[in-house]
Amino acid sequence: MRVAIVGVGATPLRSLSTCASFRELVYEAAVRAYEDAGIAPKDVDTFVAVSEDYWEGTAIFDEYVPDQLGAVLKPVHTICADGITALGAAVMQLQTGRFRIAVVEGHAKPSNVLYPSHIEAFALDPVFVRPLGLNPRFVAGLGMRRFLAERDYTELDCARVVAQNRRHALDNPWAAHPAAVEPEDVLASEPLAEPLKELDVAPYADGAVVLVLATEEVARELRDDPVFIRGIGWAQDTPDLGQQDWGRAVYCELAAARAYRMAGIRDPVRELDLAEVDDTFSYKELQHLEALGLARPGDAAAMLKEGFFSRCGQLPVNPSGGNLGAGYLLDASGLRQVAEVVWQLRGEAGACQVPGAEVGLAQSWRGIPTAAGAVAVLAR
Amino acid sequence: MSVHIRDYPGIPLKDRDIGEGRVLTTEWHVKAQYAWDTGAALSRFFRALKEGKIYGRWCPGCDRIVVPPRMFCEWCFRPTVRWVEVCDTGRVNTFSVSYVNWDASRSAVPRVPAVIELDGASPGMGIMHLLGEVGDTLEEILRRVKVGMPVRAVWKPPAERQGAITDILYFAPCRDEGATEPGGCGCGGAVGADRAAPTTSGTDACGCGGGEG
Amino acid sequence: MGYQNRVAVVGAGLTRFMRRAQETGKELCFEAARMALDAAGLRPRDVEAVVMATAPDVFDGVHMKGEYLADGAGGFRKPYMRSFVGGGSGVFAAIHGWYHVASGHFDTVLVVAEEKMSSCLPHPQAAFNGIYDQFLERPLGVNLLWIFALEMNRYMQVHKVPQETIALVSVKNKRNGLDHPCAQEGIPGNYSVEEIVGSEVMVWPVTRLMVSPVTDAAAAIVMVSERVAKRITDRPVWVKGVGWHLDSSYWTNRDLYYPKYVEYAARMAYEMAGITNPRREIDVVEAYDPFAYKELHHMEGLLLCDKGEAPRLLEKGVTQRDGELPVCPSGGLLGVGNPIAAAGLMKVAEIFWQLRGEAGARQVSRPVRTGLAQAWGDLMQVGTVVVLGV
Repeated sequence: MRVAIVGVGATPLRSLSTCASFRELVYEAAVRAYEDAGIAPKDVDTFVAVSEDYWEGTAIFDEYVPDQLGAVLKPVHTICADGITALGAAVMQLQTGRFRIAVVEGHAKPSNVLYPSHIEAFALDPVFVRPLGLNPRFVAGLGMRRFLAERDYTELDCARVVAQNRRHALDNPWAAHPAAVEPEDVLASEPLAEPLKELDVAPYADGAVVLVLATEEVARELRDDPVFIRGIGWAQDTPDLGQQDWGRAVYCELAAARAYRMAGIRDPVRELDLAEVDDTFSYKELQHLEALGLARPGDAAAMLKEGFFSRCGQLPVNPSGGNLGAGYLLDASGLRQVAEVVWQLRGEAGACQVPGAEVGLAQSWRGIPTAAGAVAVLAR
Repeated sequence: MSVHIRDYPGIPLKDRDIGEGRVLTTEWHVKAQYAWDTGAALSRFFRALKEGKIYGRWCPGCDRIVVPPRMFCEWCFRPTVRWVEVCDTGRVNTFSVSYVNWDASRSAVPRVPAVIELDGASPGMGIMHLLGEVGDTLEEILRRVKVGMPVRAVWKPPAERQGAITDILYFAPCRDEGATEPGGCGCGGAVGADRAAPTTSGTDACGCGGGEG
Repeated sequence: MGYQNRVAVVGAGLTRFMRRAQETGKELCFEAARMALDAAGLRPRDVEAVVMATAPDVFDGVHMKGEYLADGAGGFRKPYMRSFVGGGSGVFAAIHGWYHVASGHFDTVLVVAEEKMSSCLPHPQAAFNGIYDQFLERPLGVNLLWIFALEMNRYMQVHKVPQETIALVSVKNKRNGLDHPCAQEGIPGNYSVEEIVGSEVMVWPVTRLMVSPVTDAAAAIVMVSERVAKRITDRPVWVKGVGWHLDSSYWTNRDLYYPKYVEYAARMAYEMAGITNPRREIDVVEAYDPFAYKELHHMEGLLLCDKGEAPRLLEKGVTQRDGELPVCPSGGLLGVGNPIAAAGLMKVAEIFWQLRGEAGARQVSRPVRTGLAQAWGDLMQVGTVVVLGV
C-alpha cells in the first residue's frame, strides 16, 4: 500500500520564539497542516510526535502532546528519534491497513535551554566518556578530522558547504539563519574542537512542523497533488564512540539502502531531482552525500566546489538552506527537510524552487553523539 | 517467567555497597536548566495573578470557560476568543495528604494538595493547588476537608507577588459561606457557563459555591 | 492489505528485578533479549528490526538513552526505534513491534524494554517531579505520588470505596508475586489488609504497601509474521488486538474517577480482536497495578465490569488466580516490582506464558485462550492495551 503526504504545516523558524509557548507554536503548525490537507483533526486516526525529555525540560514530555494537535482521546504516541524515523512509524501504521490518516509532529525550542552543551554531554556514555569532562562538540571534531584525513578533503571544502547553504537560505523566508557567508569567514570563525569551527555548526532555531499522511486512496480524495513516500529507511550504527567508523556514515548507508530498495531507485544521482541532506556540521553534508550514493567517496568536495549540488546544479542539495541556513530544529529537523521536499515537488518552494522537481530525498541524522538516522524518498 | 527458563543471574546492589566504597561509582550532576517561554495564554494569566485575579479563556465553539487559560480549545480546535475573570473561590474536587517531599524524604507536617474547581469557570475546570488552614495531623485534616467543600484563595501580599502560581499561598475553607454565592466575589465570570452539579460526585456538602452562571 | 498480516509472539525473556551492582542498562537489555531469542529458537542475525521502550531518561541518567541502549538491545546496524508513552511504554512496545510486522516491513522484530532506576539519586521519585506542568504545578513543590493520591481519593469518594477494600489488591498481588522467580526481594509476601492500610502513609490515601517499588530490570519479546511463526513454532501466540489512546494534558480539567483513555484503548483493541463481550471472552488479565487502586480503576476502564463494580469482584475473589477472571496472576507491579517499561512488557510476557501454559506455579486455574495486558501512563492520560490469543 502506498502512503502520501497530503498536508504540511510549519511555523517560520527563528532564533527566539518568546511570543509563543511550545503549545502555541505547535497549534499554529497544526492548523496550517490541517488546512493544507483539507481535514479536521477529528479525521485523523493516529498521531506520532518526536521529542526528547531533556530538550523539553519535562520528564515524559509525551504528556503534553495531544492538546495543541487536536489529538485528545486519540491514538497518540511519541517516538524518541529524528523526524524521518518517526515518519517511518506513521507509514508503518498506515500500511497495517488499520488507519487512513496519520499525523506526525515535531517542534524545537532550543532557545529555552540554558546550557544546551550540557544536555548534549548528558547523552555521552556515563562511564567511559562523560567523566572526561569535554564539551560534547569534541565528538564532531573527532569525526571531522578522521573524515577529512581519509578523504583528503580540507577545511575549506567544508567551509564551502556552509557558504552554499547559508546563501541558499537567503531565498527561504522560513529560514532562521540566512547569510552571505564566504568560505574564508568560516575558516576564520572561532575554533570549537579543531578542525571544527563555530560556523561549521548549524545554529539552533525554534519552530514546529506538522505533516499529514494518508493512504493512497484517501490521499487522492483529498488532493490532486499528493506527494508519495516511495521509500523510507532508518538505521542505527553503534552508539559506542570507540567503535564508530568515523570515515563513513554507516547509519545513512543502511537507511538509504532500505529506502532505495523500497522506492526501486538504482541510480540515485540520475533519478533524484533534489535532496535535503543533514548538514548539522558542515563535514556531515559531504559524508552524507557519499553515504547516499550521490557522490563517490572522495568526490563530494570537488563536485560541491564545481556547483554540482547548488540550487541550479545537476543535483540541488539543501536548496532550502539546510540546517546550516534554516536552523537546527533538533529532532524536528527531519520533518522540516521533508516539508521542504514536499513544497519542492508541489512547485510551492518560491524562490528556492528547483524547476520541474519530481523526485526528492530527505535524510536526517540525530546529531552527536549518535549514529542513527533515516532517509525518505518522496515523489509526485 | 516461563517454567523453561531457570537461570536469572544478577548481582544485587545495596546502599551500603556504595557508602562503604565496595563498588566503583561515578557521579554526574546535569546542568539541565531552562527559561521556558510562557506564551500568550500563561503570560496574561500570571500578570493577572500579580493583581490578585484569575483569568480563564472562553471557547465560542464549546461555550466553555477554561482554566488554566489556553489560546486554543483542545476539544473543537478553534482559537479561544475572550479573556474572562473567574473567581478566586471554588470547590474541592479531590484532595490528598502528603507526607513525602519532592525527593521522597518524609516531612513531619503534611501538605494538602487538591484539585480545586474554580467558581465562574465551566464545570470541571480545576487547577491543582494546596489547601491551608485545615490542620496539622491526618486525623484533623480528614475531619475538616471534604470533597465538594468551598474554598477561597489566600494570596500573598501584593508587594510580594511575582506573577507565579505561588502568588496564591493556598486555598482555605470558606468561613463565610455567603461569600461564594453567585457573583459573591465580584469577578464577573461565568459568561455562558452553565454550572451543573458534578454528575459523578453528587456531593454538595454545604450547597455553597454551586449554581452560579 | 496489511491488516490481514497476522503477528505472533514466539518468545519472551525477563531479568530478575533487583538493584544492580554490575550490569549496566545495556547489559540488562542484552540479558532479556538473549532469553527471548533463545526461547524463540532464533539468533541475533535473524532479527530484522529492534524496538525499544524505556521510560524517562532521568532514571538512567542519560539523555537520549534509547540511543545509548541500542547496542545492548541488539540494534547494531539494524533499523532501531524507541517509542515512549510514559508508564504505558512497556505495553506500547508490543504495539510498536506489532505495527513493524503487520505493516509488512519486517518479519522478525525484537522488542526490548529496559529500566535502570537505581542510577537516579537521591531517589527516582524525584525524577518524576518533572512530569508536572513547569508553570502551574512544579512551583508548588510537587511529589509524584500526589496525582495518584488525588485520583485514588476521587475514585474512593465517587464510588464510596473504603481504603480497606482497595488494600485487597495489594494483598492479592503481593501473594501472587511469591511464585514469581523474578520478583524483587522483600516485595511479595503474605500481608493482611491491616498491614497494608496500616503501613506508613505516603500521601493519604496511598500507603507504602499500596505503591509498587522502583528497581532495575529488562524484558523482551520476539514478534514475527505468520510466515515465520509457522516455520519456527507450533505454539504461536497471536496478537489479536491492540489499542492505545492519550487524553488531555489538562488533567485537572478531567474527572479522575474513571479512566476514559483506557476505555477508548480497550474498545480499539476489542474491535480489532472481534471481541464484543470482554467479560466473557477474556480469560486472563494483566491490568496495570503500580498502585493498588489502579487495578480496579483499570478493570472498569477495560469494560471488564461496570463502573464502581471492580471492588466487589475483588472482594468476591473473582480476580484471584483460581477465580473466574484472574487479574495480575504474575503478581503485577505490586508483587514483582516496578521497573517502569520493563514491568509493562512483563505483563505482555506473562500473558504469553499463561497462554502457552508455561507459567508454572502462576498458571491460572481456568483454561485460557485469550488474555489481555494493559498499561497506563503520563499524567493519568494514556491507555495501552494488547490482546493475545491462541
